[in-house]
Amino acid sequence: MFTIFGIPGPLLFGQLLLGLINGAFYAMLSLGLAVIFGLLNIINFAHGALFMMGAFVAWMLLNYAGIGYWWALLLAPLIVGAFGLVLERTLISRLYKLDHLYGLLLTFGLALVIEGLFRNEYGSSGMPYQIPSALQGATNLGFMFLPNYRGWVVVAALVVCLATWLLIEKTKLGAMLRAATENAPLVQAFGVNVPRMVTLTYAGGVALAALAGVLAAPIYSVNPNMGSSFINTVFAVVVIGGMGSIIGSVLTGFGLGIIEGLTKVFYPEASATVVFVVMAIVLLTRPAGLFGKAA
Amino acid sequence: MNRVQPSRRQVLGGALLATGFVGRATRAARPVVRIGVLGDQSGPYREIAGPGALACVRQAVAEFGAGSFDIEILVADHQNKPDVGVALARQWFDRDGVDMVTDLTNSAVALAVAQVARAKNKVAVAAATGTTELTGRQCSPNAVHWSYDVYMLARSTALQMVRNGGRSWYFVAADYVFGRQLQGESAATVEASGGKVLGTSFYPFPGTTDFSSFLLAAQSSGADVIGLANAGADLVNSLKQAHEFGLSRRMHLASLSGFICDVNAVGLEVAQGLNLTASFYWDLNERTRAMTARVRPTMPNHAPPTMAQAGTYSGTLHYLRTVAAMGLPAARDGAATVARMKAMPCDDDAFGGFRLRADGRVLVPAHLFRVKSPAESRGPWDYYTKLATTPPDEAAPPLGRGCVLVKE
Repeated sequence: MFTIFGIPGPLLFGQLLLGLINGAFYAMLSLGLAVIFGLLNIINFAHGALFMMGAFVAWMLLNYAGIGYWWALLLAPLIVGAFGLVLERTLISRLYKLDHLYGLLLTFGLALVIEGLFRNEYGSSGMPYQIPSALQGATNLGFMFLPNYRGWVVVAALVVCLATWLLIEKTKLGAMLRAATENAPLVQAFGVNVPRMVTLTYAGGVALAALAGVLAAPIYSVNPNMGSSFINTVFAVVVIGGMGSIIGSVLTGFGLGIIEGLTKVFYPEASATVVFVVMAIVLLTRPAGLFGKAA
Repeated sequence: MNRVQPSRRQVLGGALLATGFVGRATRAARPVVRIGVLGDQSGPYREIAGPGALACVRQAVAEFGAGSFDIEILVADHQNKPDVGVALARQWFDRDGVDMVTDLTNSAVALAVAQVARAKNKVAVAAATGTTELTGRQCSPNAVHWSYDVYMLARSTALQMVRNGGRSWYFVAADYVFGRQLQGESAATVEASGGKVLGTSFYPFPGTTDFSSFLLAAQSSGADVIGLANAGADLVNSLKQAHEFGLSRRMHLASLSGFICDVNAVGLEVAQGLNLTASFYWDLNERTRAMTARVRPTMPNHAPPTMAQAGTYSGTLHYLRTVAAMGLPAARDGAATVARMKAMPCDDDAFGGFRLRADGRVLVPAHLFRVKSPAESRGPWDYYTKLATTPPDEAAPPLGRGCVLVKE
């Protein structure tokens, strides 16, 4: 068996692949954040709580309505997205003219309220949620057993990221969205309903978080705090990728997943810190982030 | 004749008023013992003790019945912050006349509150506390330690599993005091009983959600047993992911600090085969079943008590019996009450007959359980099969360890 830096090769490849899988979650979550920040200029701190809601809605659908994983994949983002729509209309839309800081404070408060409500109702131990039967089992890749579900997560995340990027960069709707962020009054003058577009964008970003939540439900503990453990890393991903850059957040999400995976092999104690070390280095050398445009 | 009939509301009001007066009259004549339940009502340890511990304390009070004094129960949330816990305990002791605090989830809070109890000469009955310091260097004449500590959990699990053939171990441990102490105690036990420790991954706490890297490293080490030195959501995540990677089919999984609520959280499909230690399980014998049947209607979600919750029941009952035996003016002296608690034999439905040691540690046996498969389980909460029992003297940490109450 060959070794790399004293680590057996198969173990290293296994860890790289696991890093890629975690990167898929980072990419999906930071994608939603980047879309919301890019188009609304809101730093959505409630993103982790909405991710958690996605997982919980999947659990509720299964336990209260008997609706399984595959339908939850569609329904949970719709339900949580609708919730995001209400949030945007009633609360967040009042802050567009104010400093970023107010949006951050509001969404942070919302996150605490949402998580508190769920904790009050469901406790903090978490809820069981099984891997769907079609994706149970594992495939032998030679260097590791890859659980089929994890493979599915990577594929699903890649498809979703690509689709979002195409939607925003290559379609007419995307072009209007991007134009509205540059100069909203002008786009409105052309007869486009900008406030409605912004509302739907927020709902879309929220739906992405909820989708990631449903994908996460079978492998992570479905508990009210599940989002807060992700959100710090995801914000670092967005900052490194460049605030508001979609392609940046996706590539950085996958990249950081891999870096984190490698750190877990060589020095596990530092695996939670390494993301922030990278963030500090990037901010020192490229303050706008890897893919961001300097303001 | 035109008689005025009193309306239903007037009759009810009059009755309430009357009982109110009667109640006040008797209360003035009878002394009151106040018990404070200080726990985590809203955070990560809510399920381990929390509202369920309060239900168990109420059950103990109900079973104690009418003595020569009245009993009041107060409850508060320390939010896992020692400063909040200390402020609440001070207020209870100074202003509200609380005689005894129990629950005390979270080791840091328990140690801090035990010091307040000592300064005010009250009683602290820690029943949901992991640290062995409470009966070691920081032991106090005003505190007793019920149910379990990390030593018992680590030692019973490691000892019995090595005896059952799990000779080589790999640990996945949370990188903070709790995880390091659990890992340390278990690794020492494994090696002392002839087993081998092949490796350990200390992962950053908090903030780790993906354990697959560490589990994979454990798998490639070829160990017989993976020892999980973590708790709560971390434990749930590790179990889910171990199941996902099929580890539980090839290796034995041992949780060094698992509770029945954690097993409930992941479900039997995922948790099956897991080994863990507890000093109380609802289905252990006739008496535990009887106690569980009595308390379940008032428990959150009608769950059976965890060993921490059973500890608040048992501790409260023993405290009240001691107070009754001493008589009330004398039992206001916390240190004297604790000394009497240690002298009196304990007996209740949760733990059977047992006693308290000089350092305040309760001496109860520790049972190693294996989690049943969904097919083996006969119904809700039928989760454990008992594999082995470690006798009380072996399960408790060695006497002494810097405790001034123990005469060398």
